[in-house]
Amino acid sequence: MEQSFLDYYSLEPVTRWIHDTLCGVMPEGWAVFLEGLVLGVVILLAYAVLAVVLIYMERRVCGAFQCRIGPNRVGGKGGLLQVPADVLKILTKEIIRLKNSDHLLYELAPYLVILASVISFSCLPWHKGAGVLDMEVGILFVLAASSIGILGILLAGWSSNSKYTIIGAVRSGAMLVSYELSLGITVLTVVILSGTMSISGIVESQADGWNIFKGHIITLVAFVIYLISGNAEANRGPFDLAEAEQELTAGYHTEYSGMHFGFFYLAEYLNLFITSGIAATLFLGGWMPLHVAGLDGFNAVMDYIPGIVWFLGKTFFVVFLLMWIRWTYPRLRIDQVLNLEWKYLMPLSLLLMLIMVVLKVYGLVF
Amino acid sequence: MNSFTKYVKRYWRSTKSLVGGLRISIKVFFRKKVTEQYPENRHTTLYVPERHRAMLEMPHDAENRHHCIACGLCQMACPNGTIRVVSEMREDAEGKKKRVLVRYEYDLGACMFCQLCVNACPHGAIRFTNEFENAVFEREKLHLVLNHEGSTLAPPAAKKENPVNA
Repeated sequence: MEQSFLDYYSLEPVTRWIHDTLCGVMPEGWAVFLEGLVLGVVILLAYAVLAVVLIYMERRVCGAFQCRIGPNRVGGKGGLLQVPADVLKILTKEIIRLKNSDHLLYELAPYLVILASVISFSCLPWHKGAGVLDMEVGILFVLAASSIGILGILLAGWSSNSKYTIIGAVRSGAMLVSYELSLGITVLTVVILSGTMSISGIVESQADGWNIFKGHIITLVAFVIYLISGNAEANRGPFDLAEAEQELTAGYHTEYSGMHFGFFYLAEYLNLFITSGIAATLFLGGWMPLHVAGLDGFNAVMDYIPGIVWFLGKTFFVVFLLMWIRWTYPRLRIDQVLNLEWKYLMPLSLLLMLIMVVLKVYGLVF
Repeated sequence: MNSFTKYVKRYWRSTKSLVGGLRISIKVFFRKKVTEQYPENRHTTLYVPERHRAMLEMPHDAENRHHCIACGLCQMACPNGTIRVVSEMREDAEGKKKRVLVRYEYDLGACMFCQLCVNACPHGAIRFTNEFENAVFEREKLHLVLNHEGSTLAPPAAKKENPVNA
Protein backbone atom coordinates (compact mmCIF):
# COMPACT_ATOMS: atom_id res chain seq x y z
CA MET A 1 0.00 0.00 0.00
CA GLU A 2 1.45 3.30 -1.13
CA GLN A 3 0.69 5.61 1.78
CA SER A 4 3.35 8.24 1.22
CA PHE A 5 1.32 10.39 -1.16
CA LEU A 6 -1.64 10.32 1.17
CA ASP A 7 0.68 11.71 3.81
CA TYR A 8 2.09 14.19 1.33
CA TYR A 9 -1.33 15.70 0.78
CA SER A 10 -2.24 15.66 4.45
CA LEU A 11 -3.24 19.02 5.82
CA GLU A 12 -2.37 18.13 9.37
CA PRO A 13 1.17 19.60 9.37
CA VAL A 14 -0.20 22.81 7.86
CA THR A 15 -2.89 23.20 10.48
CA ARG A 16 -0.43 22.37 13.25
CA TRP A 17 2.05 24.92 11.88
CA ILE A 18 -0.67 27.59 11.75
CA HIS A 19 -1.67 26.78 15.31
CA ASP A 20 1.91 26.88 16.58
CA THR A 21 2.62 30.19 14.84
CA LEU A 22 -0.52 31.76 16.26
CA CYS A 23 0.34 30.44 19.72
CA GLY A 24 3.72 32.10 19.35
CA VAL A 25 2.21 35.59 19.06
CA MET A 26 -0.86 35.27 21.32
CA PRO A 27 -2.22 33.18 24.18
CA GLU A 28 -3.55 29.78 23.18
CA GLY A 29 -7.14 30.67 24.01
CA TRP A 30 -7.06 33.55 21.55
CA ALA A 31 -5.42 31.40 18.90
CA VAL A 32 -8.11 28.76 19.21
CA PHE A 33 -10.79 31.44 19.13
CA LEU A 34 -9.32 33.00 16.01
CA GLU A 35 -9.00 29.65 14.27
CA GLY A 36 -12.58 28.81 15.19
CA LEU A 37 -13.76 32.13 13.81
CA VAL A 38 -11.94 31.69 10.51
CA LEU A 39 -13.14 28.10 10.19
CA GLY A 40 -16.70 29.15 10.94
CA VAL A 41 -16.61 31.74 8.19
CA VAL A 42 -15.06 29.25 5.79
CA ILE A 43 -17.71 26.65 6.60
CA LEU A 44 -20.57 29.09 6.16
CA LEU A 45 -19.09 30.30 2.87
CA ALA A 46 -18.66 26.74 1.63
CA TYR A 47 -22.21 26.07 2.76
CA ALA A 48 -23.63 28.94 0.73
CA VAL A 49 -21.53 28.22 -2.34
CA LEU A 50 -22.42 24.53 -2.27
CA ALA A 51 -26.09 25.41 -1.94
CA VAL A 52 -25.87 27.52 -5.09
CA VAL A 53 -24.00 24.78 -6.93
CA LEU A 54 -26.50 22.14 -5.81
CA ILE A 55 -29.56 24.15 -6.79
CA TYR A 56 -28.06 24.81 -10.21
CA MET A 57 -27.18 21.16 -10.58
CA GLU A 58 -30.65 20.11 -9.48
CA ARG A 59 -32.30 22.34 -12.04
CA ARG A 60 -30.10 21.16 -14.86
CA VAL A 61 -30.33 17.49 -13.93
CA CYS A 62 -34.08 17.74 -13.47
CA GLY A 63 -34.30 19.38 -16.89
CA ALA A 64 -32.30 16.60 -18.48
CA PHE A 65 -34.49 13.95 -16.87
CA GLN A 66 -37.54 15.68 -18.30
CA CYS A 67 -35.96 15.95 -21.72
CA ARG A 68 -35.49 19.71 -21.57
CA ILE A 69 -32.50 22.00 -21.12
CA GLY A 70 -33.09 23.81 -17.84
CA PRO A 71 -31.90 27.32 -17.01
CA ASN A 72 -29.43 28.45 -19.66
CA ARG A 73 -30.04 32.14 -20.26
CA VAL A 74 -28.99 34.16 -17.22
CA GLY A 75 -25.25 34.78 -17.20
CA GLY A 76 -24.03 33.72 -20.58
CA LYS A 77 -24.15 30.33 -22.19
CA GLY A 78 -24.74 27.94 -19.32
CA GLY A 79 -27.15 29.93 -17.17
CA LEU A 80 -24.53 29.97 -14.42
CA LEU A 81 -25.85 33.19 -12.90
CA GLN A 82 -29.43 31.95 -12.63
CA VAL A 83 -29.13 30.77 -9.04
CA PRO A 84 -27.07 33.76 -7.79
CA ALA A 85 -29.76 35.97 -9.29
CA ASP A 86 -32.41 33.96 -7.45
CA VAL A 87 -30.41 34.31 -4.25
CA LEU A 88 -30.24 38.08 -4.66
CA LYS A 89 -33.95 38.16 -5.30
CA ILE A 90 -34.82 36.17 -2.21
CA LEU A 91 -32.58 38.42 -0.12
CA THR A 92 -34.66 41.44 -1.11
CA LYS A 93 -37.95 39.82 -0.14
CA GLU A 94 -39.86 40.96 2.91
CA ILE A 95 -39.97 38.64 5.90
CA ILE A 96 -43.60 38.59 6.95
CA ARG A 97 -44.53 38.32 10.62
CA LEU A 98 -47.84 36.58 11.05
CA LYS A 99 -50.23 38.18 13.48
CA ASN A 100 -51.41 35.07 15.29
CA SER A 101 -48.26 33.01 15.14
CA ASP A 102 -46.03 32.16 18.05
CA HIS A 103 -43.41 34.77 17.22
CA LEU A 104 -40.46 33.38 19.12
CA LEU A 105 -40.83 29.82 17.85
CA TYR A 106 -41.83 31.01 14.39
CA GLU A 107 -38.57 32.87 14.06
CA LEU A 108 -36.49 30.24 15.81
CA ALA A 109 -37.56 27.34 13.60
CA PRO A 110 -35.60 28.15 10.41
CA TYR A 111 -32.49 28.75 12.47
CA LEU A 112 -32.83 25.36 14.13
CA VAL A 113 -33.13 23.70 10.75
CA ILE A 114 -30.11 25.51 9.36
CA LEU A 115 -28.14 24.96 12.57
CA ALA A 116 -28.68 21.21 12.38
CA SER A 117 -27.50 21.10 8.82
CA VAL A 118 -24.46 23.34 9.41
CA ILE A 119 -23.34 21.20 12.33
CA SER A 120 -23.63 17.98 10.38
CA PHE A 121 -21.99 19.75 7.43
CA SER A 122 -18.90 20.47 9.53
CA CYS A 123 -18.47 16.79 10.30
CA LEU A 124 -17.72 15.82 6.71
CA PRO A 125 -14.20 14.51 6.03
CA TRP A 126 -13.10 16.88 3.31
CA HIS A 127 -9.50 15.85 3.12
CA LYS A 128 -6.85 14.04 5.07
CA GLY A 129 -6.42 16.03 8.24
CA ALA A 130 -9.14 18.48 7.26
CA GLY A 131 -12.13 17.12 9.12
CA VAL A 132 -13.43 20.14 11.03
CA LEU A 133 -15.42 18.34 13.70
CA ASP A 134 -13.77 15.02 14.28
CA MET A 135 -14.44 13.06 17.42
CA GLU A 136 -14.52 9.50 18.64
CA VAL A 137 -18.30 9.20 18.21
CA GLY A 138 -18.40 11.34 15.08
CA ILE A 139 -21.01 9.42 13.16
CA LEU A 140 -23.30 9.28 16.17
CA PHE A 141 -22.85 13.02 16.53
CA VAL A 142 -23.90 13.55 12.91
CA LEU A 143 -27.06 11.49 13.43
CA ALA A 144 -27.86 13.37 16.61
CA ALA A 145 -27.17 16.80 15.16
CA SER A 146 -29.18 16.20 12.02
CA SER A 147 -32.14 15.22 14.19
CA ILE A 148 -32.34 18.77 15.49
CA GLY A 149 -33.69 19.61 12.05
CA ILE A 150 -36.83 17.58 12.77
CA LEU A 151 -37.43 19.75 15.80
CA GLY A 152 -37.14 22.83 13.60
CA ILE A 153 -39.63 21.44 11.13
CA LEU A 154 -42.15 20.53 13.84
CA LEU A 155 -41.73 23.96 15.43
CA ALA A 156 -42.20 25.68 12.09
CA GLY A 157 -45.41 23.81 11.48
CA TRP A 158 -46.72 24.38 14.98
CA SER A 159 -45.85 28.02 15.40
CA SER A 160 -47.26 29.17 12.05
CA ASN A 161 -50.75 28.55 13.42
CA SER A 162 -52.11 27.12 10.20
CA LYS A 163 -53.75 23.83 9.31
CA TYR A 164 -51.51 23.25 6.32
CA THR A 165 -48.30 23.75 8.16
CA ILE A 166 -49.17 21.62 11.15
CA ILE A 167 -50.30 18.71 9.00
CA GLY A 168 -47.21 19.06 6.83
CA ALA A 169 -44.97 19.22 9.86
CA VAL A 170 -46.53 16.20 11.52
CA ARG A 171 -46.20 14.25 8.30
CA SER A 172 -42.56 15.22 7.94
CA GLY A 173 -41.96 14.47 11.58
CA ALA A 174 -43.48 11.00 11.33
CA MET A 175 -41.49 10.26 8.22
CA LEU A 176 -38.18 11.62 9.49
CA VAL A 177 -38.44 9.79 12.80
CA SER A 178 -39.25 6.54 11.01
CA TYR A 179 -36.48 6.75 8.46
CA GLU A 180 -33.96 7.70 11.10
CA LEU A 181 -34.20 4.05 12.16
CA SER A 182 -33.10 2.33 8.99
CA LEU A 183 -30.59 5.13 8.46
CA GLY A 184 -29.11 4.49 11.87
CA ILE A 185 -29.09 0.73 11.40
CA THR A 186 -27.28 0.90 8.06
CA VAL A 187 -24.79 3.32 9.58
CA LEU A 188 -24.30 0.84 12.41
CA THR A 189 -23.64 -1.88 9.85
CA VAL A 190 -20.75 0.16 8.52
CA VAL A 191 -19.57 0.98 12.01
CA ILE A 192 -19.45 -2.73 12.75
CA LEU A 193 -17.49 -3.34 9.59
CA SER A 194 -15.01 -0.54 10.27
CA GLY A 195 -14.81 -1.10 14.00
CA THR A 196 -14.90 2.61 14.80
CA MET A 197 -17.39 5.44 15.06
CA SER A 198 -14.98 8.26 14.36
CA ILE A 199 -15.43 9.65 10.86
CA SER A 200 -11.73 9.92 10.15
CA GLY A 201 -11.31 6.40 11.56
CA ILE A 202 -13.94 5.06 9.18
CA VAL A 203 -12.17 6.70 6.27
CA GLU A 204 -8.77 5.39 7.39
CA SER A 205 -10.17 1.88 7.69
CA GLN A 206 -11.05 1.99 4.00
CA ALA A 207 -7.47 2.52 2.86
CA ASP A 208 -7.33 -1.09 1.68
CA GLY A 209 -10.67 -0.99 -0.13
CA TRP A 210 -13.91 0.90 0.09
CA ASN A 211 -16.55 -0.46 2.37
CA ILE A 212 -18.92 -1.05 -0.50
CA PHE A 213 -16.46 -3.63 -1.87
CA LYS A 214 -15.32 -4.93 1.48
CA GLY A 215 -18.62 -6.12 2.90
CA HIS A 216 -19.57 -8.52 0.11
CA ILE A 217 -23.12 -7.74 -1.04
CA ILE A 218 -24.18 -6.64 2.44
CA THR A 219 -22.76 -3.15 2.24
CA LEU A 220 -24.06 -2.72 -1.28
CA VAL A 221 -27.61 -3.36 -0.12
CA ALA A 222 -26.97 -1.24 2.96
CA PHE A 223 -25.81 1.55 0.63
CA VAL A 224 -29.09 1.38 -1.27
CA ILE A 225 -31.11 1.42 1.95
CA TYR A 226 -29.02 4.33 3.20
CA LEU A 227 -29.73 6.24 -0.01
CA ILE A 228 -33.46 5.66 0.27
CA SER A 229 -33.71 6.68 3.90
CA GLY A 230 -31.24 9.52 3.36
CA ASN A 231 -33.48 10.83 0.62
CA ALA A 232 -36.37 10.70 3.05
CA GLU A 233 -34.29 12.45 5.71
CA ALA A 234 -33.56 15.28 3.29
CA ASN A 235 -37.32 15.58 2.74
CA ARG A 236 -36.93 15.17 -0.98
CA GLY A 237 -39.00 13.38 -3.54
CA PRO A 238 -40.35 10.72 -3.72
CA PHE A 239 -40.66 11.40 0.00
CA ASP A 240 -41.61 15.08 -0.23
CA LEU A 241 -44.84 14.45 1.62
CA ALA A 242 -44.70 17.76 3.36
CA GLU A 243 -45.00 19.59 0.09
CA ALA A 244 -48.30 18.49 -1.36
CA GLU A 245 -49.65 21.34 -3.42
CA GLN A 246 -53.13 19.90 -3.57
CA GLU A 247 -53.69 19.29 0.11
CA LEU A 248 -51.06 21.21 2.03
CA THR A 249 -49.74 23.92 -0.31
CA ALA A 250 -46.08 23.93 0.70
CA GLY A 251 -46.29 22.01 3.98
CA TYR A 252 -44.47 23.22 7.06
CA HIS A 253 -42.91 26.27 5.40
CA THR A 254 -46.13 27.57 3.83
CA GLU A 255 -46.23 30.67 6.00
CA TYR A 256 -42.59 31.60 5.66
CA SER A 257 -41.35 34.23 3.26
CA GLY A 258 -38.10 35.78 2.22
CA MET A 259 -34.92 34.48 3.72
CA HIS A 260 -36.73 32.49 6.38
CA PHE A 261 -38.11 30.35 3.61
CA GLY A 262 -34.66 30.53 2.04
CA PHE A 263 -33.18 28.85 5.10
CA PHE A 264 -35.52 25.89 4.74
CA TYR A 265 -34.71 25.69 1.07
CA LEU A 266 -30.98 25.97 1.71
CA ALA A 267 -31.14 23.33 4.42
CA GLU A 268 -32.99 20.97 2.10
CA TYR A 269 -30.23 21.13 -0.49
CA LEU A 270 -27.42 21.01 2.02
CA ASN A 271 -29.07 18.03 3.71
CA LEU A 272 -28.93 16.39 0.32
CA PHE A 273 -25.22 17.16 0.18
CA ILE A 274 -24.63 15.99 3.75
CA THR A 275 -26.52 12.76 3.14
CA SER A 276 -24.40 12.17 0.07
CA GLY A 277 -21.22 13.15 1.87
CA ILE A 278 -21.89 10.74 4.69
CA ALA A 279 -22.78 8.05 2.17
CA ALA A 280 -19.50 8.72 0.39
CA THR A 281 -17.68 8.54 3.72
CA LEU A 282 -19.33 5.37 4.93
CA PHE A 283 -19.48 3.36 1.74
CA LEU A 284 -17.19 4.93 -0.85
CA GLY A 285 -14.20 5.71 1.32
CA GLY A 286 -14.47 9.46 1.92
CA TRP A 287 -11.34 11.12 0.55
CA MET A 288 -9.63 7.76 -0.01
CA PRO A 289 -8.47 7.27 -3.59
CA LEU A 290 -9.65 4.27 -5.55
CA HIS A 291 -7.23 1.39 -5.20
CA VAL A 292 -7.36 -1.83 -7.13
CA ALA A 293 -5.37 -4.61 -5.56
CA GLY A 294 -2.48 -5.64 -7.77
CA LEU A 295 -2.41 -2.60 -10.06
CA ASP A 296 0.37 -0.65 -8.34
CA GLY A 297 0.93 1.85 -11.18
CA PHE A 298 -2.80 2.63 -11.30
CA ASN A 299 -2.90 3.02 -7.52
CA ALA A 300 0.06 5.40 -7.57
CA VAL A 301 -1.64 7.58 -10.18
CA MET A 302 -4.82 7.60 -8.11
CA ASP A 303 -2.80 8.72 -5.09
CA TYR A 304 -1.70 11.85 -6.95
CA ILE A 305 -5.30 13.12 -7.02
CA PRO A 306 -5.88 15.17 -3.85
CA GLY A 307 -8.38 13.92 -1.31
CA ILE A 308 -10.77 16.82 -1.65
CA VAL A 309 -11.24 16.02 -5.33
CA TRP A 310 -12.03 12.43 -4.43
CA PHE A 311 -14.41 13.47 -1.71
CA LEU A 312 -16.29 16.03 -3.81
CA GLY A 313 -16.32 13.67 -6.78
CA LYS A 314 -17.85 10.85 -4.78
CA THR A 315 -20.27 13.14 -3.03
CA PHE A 316 -21.52 14.66 -6.24
CA PHE A 317 -21.82 11.20 -7.71
CA VAL A 318 -24.10 10.23 -4.84
CA VAL A 319 -25.95 13.54 -5.21
CA PHE A 320 -26.58 12.60 -8.81
CA LEU A 321 -27.88 9.20 -7.73
CA LEU A 322 -30.29 10.89 -5.33
CA MET A 323 -31.48 13.31 -8.02
CA TRP A 324 -31.92 10.40 -10.38
CA ILE A 325 -34.14 8.75 -7.78
CA ARG A 326 -36.02 11.96 -7.16
CA TRP A 327 -36.87 12.63 -10.76
CA THR A 328 -37.80 9.04 -11.55
CA TYR A 329 -40.37 8.03 -8.97
CA PRO A 330 -43.78 9.48 -8.25
CA ARG A 331 -44.26 10.61 -4.69
CA LEU A 332 -45.66 8.25 -2.09
CA ARG A 333 -48.68 8.63 0.11
CA ILE A 334 -48.08 8.92 3.85
CA ASP A 335 -49.23 5.37 4.59
CA GLN A 336 -47.09 4.03 1.76
CA VAL A 337 -44.09 5.89 3.10
CA LEU A 338 -44.51 4.42 6.55
CA ASN A 339 -45.22 0.97 5.08
CA LEU A 340 -42.04 1.09 3.08
CA GLU A 341 -40.00 1.95 6.12
CA TRP A 342 -41.54 -0.27 8.79
CA LYS A 343 -42.41 -3.30 6.71
CA TYR A 344 -39.62 -3.39 4.17
CA LEU A 345 -36.56 -1.26 4.85
CA MET A 346 -36.20 -1.71 8.58
CA PRO A 347 -36.46 -5.54 8.66
CA LEU A 348 -34.00 -5.75 5.79
CA SER A 349 -31.51 -3.41 7.43
CA LEU A 350 -31.78 -5.30 10.72
CA LEU A 351 -31.08 -8.50 8.83
CA LEU A 352 -28.11 -6.90 7.12
CA MET A 353 -26.73 -5.74 10.44
CA LEU A 354 -27.11 -9.22 11.86
CA ILE A 355 -25.31 -10.80 8.93
CA MET A 356 -22.59 -8.17 9.17
CA VAL A 357 -22.06 -8.98 12.85
CA VAL A 358 -21.76 -12.68 12.05
CA LEU A 359 -19.35 -12.00 9.20
CA LYS A 360 -17.25 -9.70 11.34
CA VAL A 361 -17.15 -12.09 14.28
CA TYR A 362 -16.00 -14.96 12.10
CA GLY A 363 -13.63 -12.71 10.20
CA LEU A 364 -15.22 -13.30 6.82
CA VAL A 365 -14.97 -9.72 5.57
CA PHE A 366 -11.98 -8.51 3.59
CA MET B 1 -48.21 -19.93 -0.46
CA ASN B 2 -47.57 -18.66 3.03
CA SER B 3 -47.37 -15.00 3.77
CA PHE B 4 -43.60 -14.90 4.16
CA THR B 5 -42.96 -16.19 0.64
CA LYS B 6 -45.51 -13.69 -0.58
CA TYR B 7 -43.64 -10.94 1.23
CA VAL B 8 -40.30 -11.94 -0.26
CA LYS B 9 -41.79 -12.26 -3.73
CA ARG B 10 -43.39 -8.85 -3.51
CA TYR B 11 -40.08 -7.43 -2.28
CA TRP B 12 -38.29 -8.88 -5.26
CA ARG B 13 -40.95 -7.83 -7.75
CA SER B 14 -41.07 -4.23 -6.56
CA THR B 15 -37.27 -3.97 -6.52
CA LYS B 16 -37.20 -5.13 -10.12
CA SER B 17 -39.87 -2.65 -11.13
CA LEU B 18 -38.08 0.21 -9.36
CA VAL B 19 -34.85 -0.60 -11.16
CA GLY B 20 -36.78 -0.65 -14.42
CA GLY B 21 -37.99 2.86 -13.71
CA LEU B 22 -34.46 4.04 -13.09
CA ARG B 23 -33.31 2.50 -16.35
CA ILE B 24 -35.97 4.32 -18.32
CA SER B 25 -35.28 7.68 -16.74
CA ILE B 26 -31.52 7.46 -17.33
CA LYS B 27 -32.26 6.76 -20.99
CA VAL B 28 -34.29 9.97 -21.11
CA PHE B 29 -31.44 11.77 -19.36
CA PHE B 30 -29.11 11.10 -22.28
CA ARG B 31 -31.72 11.60 -24.97
CA LYS B 32 -31.63 14.66 -27.22
CA LYS B 33 -33.48 17.49 -25.52
CA VAL B 34 -36.72 18.66 -27.08
CA THR B 35 -36.53 22.30 -26.00
CA GLU B 36 -36.61 24.78 -28.89
CA GLN B 37 -34.60 27.94 -28.20
CA TYR B 38 -37.08 29.76 -30.35
CA PRO B 39 -36.09 33.27 -31.33
CA GLU B 40 -32.42 32.31 -31.67
CA ASN B 41 -32.87 29.15 -33.70
CA ARG B 42 -35.60 30.59 -35.89
CA HIS B 43 -33.57 30.28 -39.06
CA THR B 44 -31.32 27.42 -38.10
CA THR B 45 -32.46 24.40 -36.12
CA LEU B 46 -36.10 25.23 -35.52
CA TYR B 47 -38.16 22.08 -35.68
CA VAL B 48 -41.93 22.19 -35.93
CA PRO B 49 -43.61 18.80 -36.07
CA GLU B 50 -45.08 18.11 -39.48
CA ARG B 51 -48.63 17.69 -38.20
CA HIS B 52 -48.59 20.91 -36.19
CA ARG B 53 -51.62 22.97 -37.23
CA ALA B 54 -50.80 26.65 -37.49
CA MET B 55 -52.48 28.16 -40.54
CA LEU B 56 -55.06 27.05 -43.09
CA GLU B 57 -53.87 27.08 -46.67
CA MET B 58 -55.34 26.26 -50.06
CA PRO B 59 -52.58 24.80 -52.20
CA HIS B 60 -52.38 26.07 -55.76
CA ASP B 61 -50.41 24.43 -58.51
CA ALA B 62 -48.09 26.11 -61.01
CA GLU B 63 -50.97 27.19 -63.24
CA ASN B 64 -52.77 28.90 -60.35
CA ARG B 65 -55.32 26.14 -59.98
CA HIS B 66 -56.82 24.80 -56.78
CA HIS B 67 -59.03 21.84 -55.97
CA CYS B 68 -61.92 23.57 -54.26
CA ILE B 69 -65.33 22.77 -55.79
CA ALA B 70 -67.07 25.23 -53.47
CA CYS B 71 -69.26 22.54 -51.94
CA GLY B 72 -69.27 24.35 -48.60
CA LEU B 73 -68.68 21.25 -46.48
CA CYS B 74 -65.81 22.93 -44.68
CA GLN B 75 -67.98 25.92 -43.91
CA MET B 76 -70.59 23.62 -42.40
CA ALA B 77 -68.01 21.61 -40.48
CA CYS B 78 -66.45 24.67 -38.89
CA PRO B 79 -67.65 25.02 -35.27
CA ASN B 80 -66.63 28.66 -35.08
CA GLY B 81 -67.94 30.01 -38.32
CA THR B 82 -64.43 30.75 -39.37
CA ILE B 83 -64.85 29.84 -43.02
CA ARG B 84 -67.13 31.47 -45.57
CA VAL B 85 -67.21 30.06 -49.07
CA VAL B 86 -68.51 32.61 -51.57
CA SER B 87 -69.52 30.92 -54.81
CA GLU B 88 -71.60 31.57 -57.87
CA MET B 89 -73.30 29.44 -60.52
CA ARG B 90 -71.68 29.62 -63.95
CA GLU B 91 -72.43 27.85 -67.21
CA ASP B 92 -69.49 25.97 -68.66
CA ALA B 93 -68.77 25.35 -72.33
CA GLU B 94 -71.27 22.51 -72.57
CA GLY B 95 -74.02 24.62 -71.09
CA LYS B 96 -73.98 22.81 -67.75
CA LYS B 97 -74.50 24.90 -64.63
CA LYS B 98 -71.65 24.58 -62.18
CA ARG B 99 -70.82 26.08 -58.81
CA VAL B 100 -67.56 28.01 -58.94
CA LEU B 101 -65.52 29.39 -56.06
CA VAL B 102 -65.25 33.15 -55.94
CA ARG B 103 -63.76 33.88 -52.57
CA TYR B 104 -62.65 31.51 -49.85
CA GLU B 105 -62.75 33.65 -46.72
CA TYR B 106 -61.00 32.47 -43.60
CA ASP B 107 -60.81 34.28 -40.27
CA LEU B 108 -57.56 33.19 -38.61
CA GLY B 109 -58.50 35.04 -35.44
CA ALA B 110 -61.56 32.85 -34.88
CA CYS B 111 -59.98 29.55 -35.91
CA MET B 112 -59.31 27.02 -33.19
CA PHE B 113 -57.28 24.71 -35.43
CA CYS B 114 -59.50 21.67 -34.91
CA GLN B 115 -58.91 20.44 -38.48
CA LEU B 116 -62.57 19.54 -38.98
CA CYS B 117 -62.62 21.54 -42.22
CA VAL B 118 -59.67 19.65 -43.63
CA ASN B 119 -61.25 16.37 -42.60
CA ALA B 120 -64.52 17.34 -44.24
CA CYS B 121 -63.00 18.35 -47.57
CA PRO B 122 -63.71 15.66 -50.18
CA HIS B 123 -61.02 16.90 -52.57
CA GLY B 124 -58.09 17.70 -50.35
CA ALA B 125 -58.32 21.34 -51.36
CA ILE B 126 -57.26 22.78 -48.05
CA ARG B 127 -54.61 21.81 -45.52
CA PHE B 128 -52.86 23.10 -42.43
CA THR B 129 -49.30 24.36 -42.67
CA ASN B 130 -46.56 24.90 -40.11
CA GLU B 131 -46.43 28.66 -40.56
CA PHE B 132 -47.02 29.75 -36.99
CA GLU B 133 -45.70 33.31 -36.83
CA ASN B 134 -49.11 34.84 -37.46
CA ALA B 135 -49.23 37.70 -34.98
CA VAL B 136 -50.42 41.01 -36.41
CA PHE B 137 -51.42 44.34 -34.88
CA GLU B 138 -54.89 44.68 -36.37
CA ARG B 139 -57.71 42.24 -36.25
CA GLU B 140 -58.67 42.90 -39.85
CA LYS B 141 -55.38 41.51 -41.04
CA LEU B 142 -56.49 38.11 -39.80
CA HIS B 143 -59.36 38.01 -42.29
CA LEU B 144 -57.71 36.11 -45.10
CA VAL B 145 -58.77 35.05 -48.58
CA LEU B 146 -57.23 31.69 -49.32
CA ASN B 147 -57.81 31.33 -53.04
CA HIS B 148 -55.40 33.32 -55.17
CA GLU B 149 -56.38 36.10 -57.54
CA GLY B 150 -57.83 34.68 -60.78
CA SER B 151 -57.39 31.06 -59.75
CA THR B 152 -59.40 28.31 -61.40
CA LEU B 153 -60.46 24.80 -60.56
CA ALA B 154 -57.95 22.10 -61.41
CA PRO B 155 -59.22 19.35 -63.71
CA PRO B 156 -60.36 16.24 -61.83
CA ALA B 157 -57.45 14.23 -63.24
CA ALA B 158 -55.06 16.27 -61.14
CA LYS B 159 -57.21 15.68 -58.10
CA LYS B 160 -55.25 14.71 -55.04
CA GLU B 161 -56.29 12.40 -52.26
CA ASN B 162 -57.06 14.21 -49.03
CA PRO B 163 -53.93 13.43 -47.01
CA VAL B 164 -55.78 13.46 -43.71
CA ASN B 165 -58.41 10.97 -44.80
CA ALA B 166 -55.99 8.82 -46.74
